[in-house]
Amino acid sequence: MNCSKHPTTLHLESPGLGVSIQDRGRVGHRSIGVPVSGALDPRFLAAANALAGNPPDAAGLEVLLAGPLLRATGGPVRVALAGEMDARHIDAAGERRPVAAWSTVTLQPGERLQVGSPRGVGYLAVAGGILTPPQLGSRATYARAGLGLLPAALPCAAFAGDAPEWTAPAPLLHPDGPIRVIAGPQIDHFDADVQARFSADTFTVTPERDRMGLRLAGPQLQHNALGADIVSDGVTPGTIQVPADGRAIVLLADCQTVGGYPKLAAVIRADLPRLAHLQTGDGLRFRFVDAAEAAAARAEAARRLTEWIAALRPRGTAGTDSAALLAANLAGAAIRGDEDDIEPQAFTASPTP
Amino acid sequence: MPDAAPPSPVRLLPLGDAALTVEFGSAIADPIHARVLGFAGALPALAERHPGIVEWVPTFRSVTIHFDPDRVDAAQLEADLLALAREGHEASASGTTWTLPVCFDADCAPDLADVAAASGLTREAVIELLCATEFKVYMLGFLPGFPYMGGLPAPLEMPRLATPRLKVPAGSVAIAGRMAAVYPWDSPGGWRLVGRTATRLFDPENPDRPALLAAGDRVRWQAVGRDAVAC
Repeated sequence: MNCSKHPTTLHLESPGLGVSIQDRGRVGHRSIGVPVSGALDPRFLAAANALAGNPPDAAGLEVLLAGPLLRATGGPVRVALAGEMDARHIDAAGERRPVAAWSTVTLQPGERLQVGSPRGVGYLAVAGGILTPPQLGSRATYARAGLGLLPAALPCAAFAGDAPEWTAPAPLLHPDGPIRVIAGPQIDHFDADVQARFSADTFTVTPERDRMGLRLAGPQLQHNALGADIVSDGVTPGTIQVPADGRAIVLLADCQTVGGYPKLAAVIRADLPRLAHLQTGDGLRFRFVDAAEAAAARAEAARRLTEWIAALRPRGTAGTDSAALLAANLAGAAIRGDEDDIEPQAFTASPTP
Repeated sequence: MPDAAPPSPVRLLPLGDAALTVEFGSAIADPIHARVLGFAGALPALAERHPGIVEWVPTFRSVTIHFDPDRVDAAQLEADLLALAREGHEASASGTTWTLPVCFDADCAPDLADVAAASGLTREAVIELLCATEFKVYMLGFLPGFPYMGGLPAPLEMPRLATPRLKVPAGSVAIAGRMAAVYPWDSPGGWRLVGRTATRLFDPENPDRPALLAAGDRVRWQAVGRDAVAC
């Protein structure tokens, strides 16, 4: 990064683990094999951005394992945390103060922030966004092709003024219950008893998981005479594919654009963010729904996020101050409601060429 | 991989609530791929009537349409896609024909000797056969810019490696089954490496055409010395 062009930066003094830049993703290039990428949990990214006063899909940091140690230089930087992830604010004198999850903190030049480890996935938004150069229309990190790589110093906007810090009265919650799916293109590769087992039994998350997908342990999903190999065709994040070993793989944001295993089902968009928070050993179940139920779930998720954003308030105040909300551009983000605009994507569906 | 397949009825297959696959068949076959290219060629006009369509991905045998479910009338979209598919547009692979320089020296082509042994041909005859073949790009996938190309002559057909390599060098020309490809990036991979090209297959800084090859293009190899590819 050219520091003279971007005098305000967040230096990554320690990069953390599983940290990437994510936005709504690299939409529009799947026909040439480019995964969409983008936030695993677009609603949490939108929540962090709302706290920071940004549009819902502004680029932020996604933290999967361990948060980075950041240092502001050049100007003050306001950041916001979303997810079950807190932080320590370290001032110039080395004094440490805890920063709660779901709130903002402003770093003066020279001050540092040690971001903690999230349960599931956490997001850090920067007021004004992260200003790395977009590649193919997105700042999202897709390391396999060297796109959107995390630099040692993130260019960002200086935070002007002395507006109060913001916080949320409660965490943004995802729905619970079974993960809702729509029957997949190759569901006919599975007999009725296997389909019934898929939606009745409990699966377990294995350690084999990353931004491309997660492999589940659980009932053996045996293919029928149609077999386990298909000629590759399109996949998207949320696709549940079953290779010859009968173990289900759920594709996530960095998944490939095409895959060669039968696709039993696909997770609806409203429930995709929930997959990002599953830990090794967690149990999960699936439930088949139709398009109408998927639409109702999307509307419900959008409503929850809008209400959560409307309840944000300056720290130390009791109620919602709508004038302050408007001033902070939060209401604008709330009513746009396009946090679900994030295109789900595609993972290693096919055997590695 | 059969060379031909009987015409099959078009199927419209939901892929979650934000994508649909229009399937023209289940095999790798030129008549099916001609329908894929024809349909994909007619999609821009349809997409103008459905602004919620985000993008689409043509494959060997289908086209997956990705859309914003809150910005399309799903029933109308499905009806329009099915109607368009049934119009039976076909397009031949009439894209650009590329000639890519390939070095076939042993260190650029670690599996060439095995391919020669399995085919009963000399190493020189395998190279000659590869360079006499015009490959057709069916689709891009696996990695940005990775072309799945059909047309590999039958004598060169071999399965993928039992154990994939952890790192295939970028530019590797590879074969598996009746397909050929070029790895645009260093990557794990199980295809057999028979050459290397220095031609860059993907350039994110070229927004107009980040991927060199497109579905429907044709590719030929031209044997060059190692100096030309710096392998």
